[in-house]
Amino acid sequence: MEHLHLEYDVDGNNFVSAGQATENVKFCLKGLGVNPQDIRRIAIAMYEGEINMVIHANGGKAIADIYLDKIVVQLIDSGEGIANIEQAMQPGFSTATEDIRSLGFGAGMGLPNMKKYTDDFAIESTLGVGTKITLTVKF
Amino acid sequence: MQKTNLKKLHTVTLDASKCIGCGSCVKRCPTEAIRVRNGKASIIYDKCVACGECVRICKSLAKIPSYDKLEMVNNYKYKIALVAPSFYGQFNNVANINYILTALKKIGFDFVFEVGVGAELVSQVTQKLVSAGKLKKPIISTACPAVLELINERFENLKPNLLPLLPPVDVSAKLARERAISHGVAESDIGVFFISPCPAKVYALKANKIIEQNYVDGVLSVSEVYMALMPVISKLQESKNLSEMGVLGLQWASSGGEAAGVMCEKYLAADGIENVIDILERLENGTMTDVEFVELNACIGGCVGGVLNVENPFVAKARIRQLRKKFPSIGNTLQEIDKPLEFYLVQRQLDTNGQRFDNDRQVAFEKLLEIQRLYQTLPHLDCGICGAPSCRAFCEDIVMGRVPADTVCPMDKGTKQ
Repeated sequence: MEHLHLEYDVDGNNFVSAGQATENVKFCLKGLGVNPQDIRRIAIAMYEGEINMVIHANGGKAIADIYLDKIVVQLIDSGEGIANIEQAMQPGFSTATEDIRSLGFGAGMGLPNMKKYTDDFAIESTLGVGTKITLTVKF
Repeated sequence: MQKTNLKKLHTVTLDASKCIGCGSCVKRCPTEAIRVRNGKASIIYDKCVACGECVRICKSLAKIPSYDKLEMVNNYKYKIALVAPSFYGQFNNVANINYILTALKKIGFDFVFEVGVGAELVSQVTQKLVSAGKLKKPIISTACPAVLELINERFENLKPNLLPLLPPVDVSAKLARERAISHGVAESDIGVFFISPCPAKVYALKANKIIEQNYVDGVLSVSEVYMALMPVISKLQESKNLSEMGVLGLQWASSGGEAAGVMCEKYLAADGIENVIDILERLENGTMTDVEFVELNACIGGCVGGVLNVENPFVAKARIRQLRKKFPSIGNTLQEIDKPLEFYLVQRQLDTNGQRFDNDRQVAFEKLLEIQRLYQTLPHLDCGICGAPSCRAFCEDIVMGRVPADTVCPMDKGTKQ
């Protein structure tokens, strides 16, 4: 099916540039006239994902596929991976360092929020290989 | 389209005889609303938020901000001047701001009313609403009309967070008009004039987006009124005690002043339109959950940074800081003014045009795909040589039919496509 395919490199250790992929996606969805609440849902989840890759995985790739009635975002990194996904999905659980927390990140709401705000949430992770998160918002 | 016409009339226009087509304004415009076409700048008014950045950057003085000429006050028998707090920062060596207000009466105004009075009241109503806890947080200030326009057109998600109060200038206009009528002036004789620091206020007061009735009859520019005042003010021997406001109103002149007046600890104040856009993106992404009140000003420094002012914003801010000690902490309380909450409330909801490529989703989708397909063929230099500010804007212009479909990128060496 014809759709818009966008790929962005998310630079590790660069909080300032994190969010650029989300901004571009928002621009596209606003152009489509997608319901603002749906734009907000994917923005929150995708931005969280971008920030996660910066904090935990030294960056990665954000891939967005925009269809007429949905957006699918994949966040792919080659970081150390998540040892216990079930635990990582618990609200408040975080492995972020003090340094990161002092920047206001690492509250342990990242993955739970990504799940909460999307219609479909999938996570695959292999220790030593990396993590892939797939987010879908329908509109 | 009526809205576009209003914007064309009341924001910024081009003096084509002065424009040299340099493209500085194209690159500077924060909403990508300007193009160079046939060697001259041209504004896409649907995208313009009236911030005035193009006026600021234009070395050829070809960007003409819209405002009413001072002579317009002569159309009215009873002339009221609305004076913004930032106006006080424009004057050097004025020991007492009453000299400024007295001089305004000397040049023909019958009554001067400080917008700082309205600001004090708006601050107090905001305090009440914030402590009642009924507003959606973070609450975003509506005092800067360029920011309001930006949110309305580009950040529809954040509209429920807007403070539902009229800006101080509208509150002041209502109060000043009432005051004159209570002194026996016939309503038809009254002309209310705001001395504006920026084109955004001109547009807002002319377009009447959030208010049912127009309380302001004309919007003058600070620079023009300043020129008229200078010869008078230097000869003044004494002043009348005309100022009614306190520091609570005065501090609205610069960024952070409004937020400080809300008396809520968790506030954020950002100024400069690029910073404002960055904050709005972040708010939309759901970060900054620890902030309760957000004050945003399109101009650097806040209203002292308005492009119709005469003084450097930092100089003006420093002067206003010096003036603080001469004011009471608060000049007007809600009890004294005794108006119901409705008096302060926004009266109309904003309608949003938004940034959509087409009202039909399917058509918009096809346009989006076309924009992306074209974008892949471009060098991604964002050089501006084509007259558009970025490669993305160039693609958008072609797909939206703003330029002929066969327009080519001047930097394209023919290796792509």
